[in-house]
Amino acid sequence: MRHGRYPFIIGFLVVPVALYAVFVVWAYIQAFYLSVYEWSGLGPVTNFVGLGNFRKMWDDTLFWQSLKHNAFLLVLLPIITIALALVFAFLLNVGGGHKGGVTRGVWGSKVYRIIFFFPQLLALAIVAVIFGRVFGPDKSGMLNGLFPESWSPWLFLADERYAMACILIVLIWQAVGFYVVLFSAGMGNIPTEVYEAAAIDGATRVTLFFRITIPLLWNTVQVAWVYLGIAAFDAFALVNIMTVDRGGPDGATSVLSLMIYRNAFEFSQAGYASALGVVLFFLTLTFAALTLRVTRRESLEA
Amino acid sequence: MTNITSTPGTDAVPALSTKARSAGRKPDTKRELKAINGLAHLALIAWALVTAGPLIWVLLASFKSNTEIFLGKPFALPEMFSFSTYANAWSDAHIGRYFFNSVLVVVISTAGTMLFGSMAAYVLARYRFFGNRAIYYLFVSGLAFPTFMALAPLFYILKGMGLLGSFTGLILVYIAYSLPFTIFFLAAFFKSLPYEIEEAATVDGASHVRKFFQIMMPMARSGLVSITIFNIVGQWNQYLLPVAIMSGPGSDQKLLLTQGIAQISVSAGYQAEWSTLFAALVLTILPMIIVYAIFQRQIQSGLTAGAVK
Repeated sequence: MRHGRYPFIIGFLVVPVALYAVFVVWAYIQAFYLSVYEWSGLGPVTNFVGLGNFRKMWDDTLFWQSLKHNAFLLVLLPIITIALALVFAFLLNVGGGHKGGVTRGVWGSKVYRIIFFFPQLLALAIVAVIFGRVFGPDKSGMLNGLFPESWSPWLFLADERYAMACILIVLIWQAVGFYVVLFSAGMGNIPTEVYEAAAIDGATRVTLFFRITIPLLWNTVQVAWVYLGIAAFDAFALVNIMTVDRGGPDGATSVLSLMIYRNAFEFSQAGYASALGVVLFFLTLTFAALTLRVTRRESLEA
Repeated sequence: MTNITSTPGTDAVPALSTKARSAGRKPDTKRELKAINGLAHLALIAWALVTAGPLIWVLLASFKSNTEIFLGKPFALPEMFSFSTYANAWSDAHIGRYFFNSVLVVVISTAGTMLFGSMAAYVLARYRFFGNRAIYYLFVSGLAFPTFMALAPLFYILKGMGLLGSFTGLILVYIAYSLPFTIFFLAAFFKSLPYEIEEAATVDGASHVRKFFQIMMPMARSGLVSITIFNIVGQWNQYLLPVAIMSGPGSDQKLLLTQGIAQISVSAGYQAEWSTLFAALVLTILPMIIVYAIFQRQIQSGLTAGAVK
């Protein structure tokens, strides 16, 4: 039984561990290392600057602007997406009322689910290209084409005031369907007896929604919150492809991920890019830990 | 105007709540119920339109000439169905090549991810040895790090190995960055499988390797299918890694579909010539719709499997 045990274990682990060590672990270690150096990306890494990159960040207005935009997405993306997805999932699963003692979804709920989910399959890059045209600033754009002839065209992405809102809308458009399916799966696990009992007591659907569905679904909502928050820290494909001047106009849509990319590959600031990456890492980690912590208490109450 | 996509849902909620509150157990419940059902459908149809609208619009526009696109009336049928835009997208915009590149990379990297991921997950889940937990947590901790952080170093690692701008480099990176979640998911799955059959096989003298391929892999089939779909979709949609890695001389022949579309979009913007872009988009999206139509159930459960665990 023990025959060839260690050769087998080593044989099965050697390739995955080697790949992971070289391309992932080593890269992350280097990211921490490079964050305290000033390095253009060429030649030896010699110019140690300590916390210089972080001090530079502190004085960088674009950094604060980007951070503000990430925060904007971080707050609004989860709230709106989860609210919409919960309502739609509820209508699909429980909205049909209860006839003959059986709670059910509205008619055609399967078709709705299939349509809602589809955007999730599209790459964010493809979605960015599509919506770049949907928000087109002249009559060739879908929305401007739909507006009455007499209106002067909306600029959407070219307007500093609305550009970030456009990004948010696209992210929501893509995400809602996924969470409808996710919440639907969770709602399917809630025993129908619970709904029936409540319905017999005369609970309306609104009561069912707030008193039964949401509390029993809280764990899934928590997961959704973390996922959407992490998505809010990304948004790179969208900003890089869809926005005017990539992050513009005038930095109005710049986000941290875009700053990292441009510093690393366009401004020859590999050290600064790594420092930004380290900040992004700690922000993501803090967010995830905070979310799980803050929401845990509420789940106990429910 | 900023909440165009969110209006249907938010509108429907307060309307629903006031109506529903008056429902209760009164005799006229039936009529009320119908009204609520109507509102529910209204909200759902509105969101279905918001979801499908842009895609239908892309399909219609792909048959239109550039002048027709600039006329407005986005949902008017094209004057005539011209396929010349598709010919352009295929030959001039090289959408066929980008598509082939993406298929090549994703097929190999997903196969590699599944092979190496399940091997590691199996050993880590079912064998006790020194360092087991350390290796497991090393893999799983990868889930906490944003890929962006590694971007610059990764570029120079690949450059040092001479793999920059090569499919080989990209495939290896895809596999490496897919391992944490694959191993996390599959290790839990392998742990949940019964031990009796495996023990019987050991008594019959099956080797460790044979047990893995002939007994454990078939038993883990449902988990493997979910995570395979998850990896295919994730790697197919990847944009950041190819943009960072597929650079250097000759790389314009090796663009992946996501990069290719983005590039077509940029050059279409310079010339304000959109019809080819729309055709390219349709050629990109259509295969996904076909695959989705066939495997809709598996895809939905595969993609949500990650979040449910």
